[in-house]
Amino acid sequence: MAVNLNRKRPQCHGAADMEIDAQRSVVLVGSPNVGKSVVFGNLTGMYVTVSNYPGTTVEITRGRLAYDSRAVAITDTPGMYSLLSITEEERVARRVLMENRPDMVVHVADTKNIERMLHLTVQLLEAGMPLMLDLNLMDEAERLGLRIDTKVLKERLGIPVVATVATEGRGMDELKKMILKEDILPSGPPLRYPETIENAIADIERNLDSSYGISKRAVALLLLQDDHEIWQMVRDREPERYALVDAIVKHARERFVDPLSYIITIERQRFINTLIEDAVENVGVKGIPLRERLSRLSMHPVAGVPIFLGIIYLLYEFVGVFGAQTAVDFLEETVFGQYINPVANRIVSSIIPWKVLQDLFVNEYGIITLGIRYAIAIILPIVTTFFIAFSIIEDTGYLPRLAMLIDRVFKKIGLNGRAVIPVVLGFGCDTMATMVTRTLETRRERVIATLLLALAIPCSAQVGVILALLSGSTKALGIFVMVMGTVFLFVGFLAARLMPGERPLFYMEVPPLRWPKLSNVLTKTYTRVEWYFKEVLPLFILASILIWAGRITGLFDIVVKLLSYPTGWIGLPPEASKAFLYGFFRRDFGAAGLYDLKTSGALSGVPLVVSIITIALFMPCIAQFSMTIKERGWKMAVGMAAFIFPFAFVVGYLVNLILNGLGVVL
Amino acid sequence: MRASDRAEEILEQLWILTKEQNKDPVTVEDLSIDRADPELNELAELRYIKLLGDRIELTSRGLKEAEAAIRRHRLAERLVMDVFDLKRSLMEEKACQFEHLLRKEVEESICTLLGHPKVCPHKRPIPPGRCCMKALKHPKSIVSSLAEMEGGEKVAVAYLVTRDNRKLQKLMSMGILPGVKIDIIQTFPSYVFRIGHSVVAVDREMAEDVFVRRESAQN
Repeated sequence: MAVNLNRKRPQCHGAADMEIDAQRSVVLVGSPNVGKSVVFGNLTGMYVTVSNYPGTTVEITRGRLAYDSRAVAITDTPGMYSLLSITEEERVARRVLMENRPDMVVHVADTKNIERMLHLTVQLLEAGMPLMLDLNLMDEAERLGLRIDTKVLKERLGIPVVATVATEGRGMDELKKMILKEDILPSGPPLRYPETIENAIADIERNLDSSYGISKRAVALLLLQDDHEIWQMVRDREPERYALVDAIVKHARERFVDPLSYIITIERQRFINTLIEDAVENVGVKGIPLRERLSRLSMHPVAGVPIFLGIIYLLYEFVGVFGAQTAVDFLEETVFGQYINPVANRIVSSIIPWKVLQDLFVNEYGIITLGIRYAIAIILPIVTTFFIAFSIIEDTGYLPRLAMLIDRVFKKIGLNGRAVIPVVLGFGCDTMATMVTRTLETRRERVIATLLLALAIPCSAQVGVILALLSGSTKALGIFVMVMGTVFLFVGFLAARLMPGERPLFYMEVPPLRWPKLSNVLTKTYTRVEWYFKEVLPLFILASILIWAGRITGLFDIVVKLLSYPTGWIGLPPEASKAFLYGFFRRDFGAAGLYDLKTSGALSGVPLVVSIITIALFMPCIAQFSMTIKERGWKMAVGMAAFIFPFAFVVGYLVNLILNGLGVVL
Repeated sequence: MRASDRAEEILEQLWILTKEQNKDPVTVEDLSIDRADPELNELAELRYIKLLGDRIELTSRGLKEAEAAIRRHRLAERLVMDVFDLKRSLMEEKACQFEHLLRKEVEESICTLLGHPKVCPHKRPIPPGRCCMKALKHPKSIVSSLAEMEGGEKVAVAYLVTRDNRKLQKLMSMGILPGVKIDIIQTFPSYVFRIGHSVVAVDREMAEDVFVRRESAQN
């Protein structure tokens, strides 16, 4: 998903003795979820996050293919269905084609849906791209009884065609050879449109002076189809001819009742159908395969619910019980409690004679005993188990099914089912999830999703600590889940009412259920945990240092004292304000502070639940805050923070009032 | 013999006045025509109307004929509005030209195509034809919106509503195009269907813009 975690990692390929052909650049394009990133990984040896749902890649990634002592630059792009862009990802991918002038474009296609895929092939040919077609996922097509005659495609389209199964490496050698050896000349436009449209195209072509990186025919077609970005470009680059071009398009448009994009697409479809008839044979398969039955069950409005609950339960057992309790207990009590902490204390006190400086490293708030211990003993096992589980879930293709089940609920809060992906990812890491909100279509959806992530979705580190904190009481856990759920829906509902904008539309391709590949799950977990740690560990250490400095100067005590007022209002003991101070750095850090208070017996019952809820509603962490600034801008980020912190205390106050009013004993 | 276009329009007006506005008696002034109009003579000769001084009365034959003309007119409006998707101002004009072209056989298939509509775009009732009565026994029309379908049905896309470009682009990008076959898997909580070898989920708003033909209904 989205997160190109290792763009900066040094490449293992590209030794000095290779002839590096810096001039030659190859771009991979294709619809979402056809395996571009796997092909890219195969070609370059670099790992890009791969998942089983559309829209995993939101940024472009560059790498290098080295083979037989030659090397070329390879660019992976986000998924695009068509040159006519709808989403931001599609615009990003199109810009790569228009700005990079690649020497070769490899269209990676999902063979089982070849009929749909060829629309993009046709458009790339129209754009004058030196094109090659990679029929990927050939195994799935074969399983469905499809037989493809690549020769027919090759001849009729005039381009090289290769069949691959990138996940198994099938056909990859042939692809590599073709990429390195073949010099492709752009073949002409594959089809002619009705006379009126062809005339308009010719007229427009004549009036375009500047260069666009794609053929003028493609520019003309995009103008006829009313592509806003291309219109803007023409307005900027052809100030004199613009009015004329506009008139040509208007004239053509008036000749048809339907929008030209519809007419043009139908013409392409007609061309593709004749091609398919000759190139594809459908042998068919009998009966409904088990995979298909399972897929239907997972989407069923009734059967889908227990399946969902079952997955949540397994997730709880693995992350909440195994990760957050068994593994945390072991690391915390055995590894740190019995070995590292006493040893560190002894070593530090023998080296450093001054108590003040000793405190920087060890004792109650030291870098090792607080910062590193939190990071390694509490956060690491939880985050790792969560990302293992999340990677498995996303690779099976379950998330789009969940999106489809939950769409109606999400519509009420101004989102659509698609937002389920950033939300679920938010339970892993809100910073990553905030970045992924850019895949949502409208600004309104992006803002609402960002707000809800910052407010009501606790990340895995925090969920883990919370589960450990509440492990003794199902009732307390129930109250926590209920309050967070209510806040999520209530704030979402209000935000949707307050923010005007287009109603979101839900449409999504549901990928087949696939067996997760262990190697992919592990690599993905590794890159995510690594990314997470790079973000987290410096922050933890920084927090330890700041707390240490604050304590010497007395500032720490002043802030803690100040914070004890709001914490007092929501019915908490003064010690809790320390945890709240940590909470401003990272809310899981705050929750971990509560963990210490609970262990020491200073916090329990209703105040414990109230403090957990309040901290859980804080902004997640400094990293998430800076990501919000990056994605949504300063004003929005500061505005959200100004709402979230006081709101968290208000909710804490209300929960305290209600629980005490009802005489709840926990 | 058929009445001329102009005569047919007078007939329709007469029908609206007598049947929908319950005007009795209807006079030449109500129709704002001249007593000497050749069309009045034509209608009288066809024995569709009786002329009693300034009063005009529909005969039972005329009543039937007028009802059929009204039906054609309003169906034409629906056709122009729903399928050709013309603006209201244009609709009036085009519908008037169309109605005279609709003959018995075409009329029935148009009515079926439109799903036996009960009212015209102005919300006035369309008199039911024979095909509508038949459809009552087999209540499913041949072409209707994907949003009206049920799980398990096999359909083919007839056309897309092209009014909203945002939706149209998305539908087309998923390969939902005229002629494409669709197997509907379920319709709640979202519409899920198989198209080619992929499965697509959309909400009701998107499904409403896809008009499909039932495969079984063709056989």
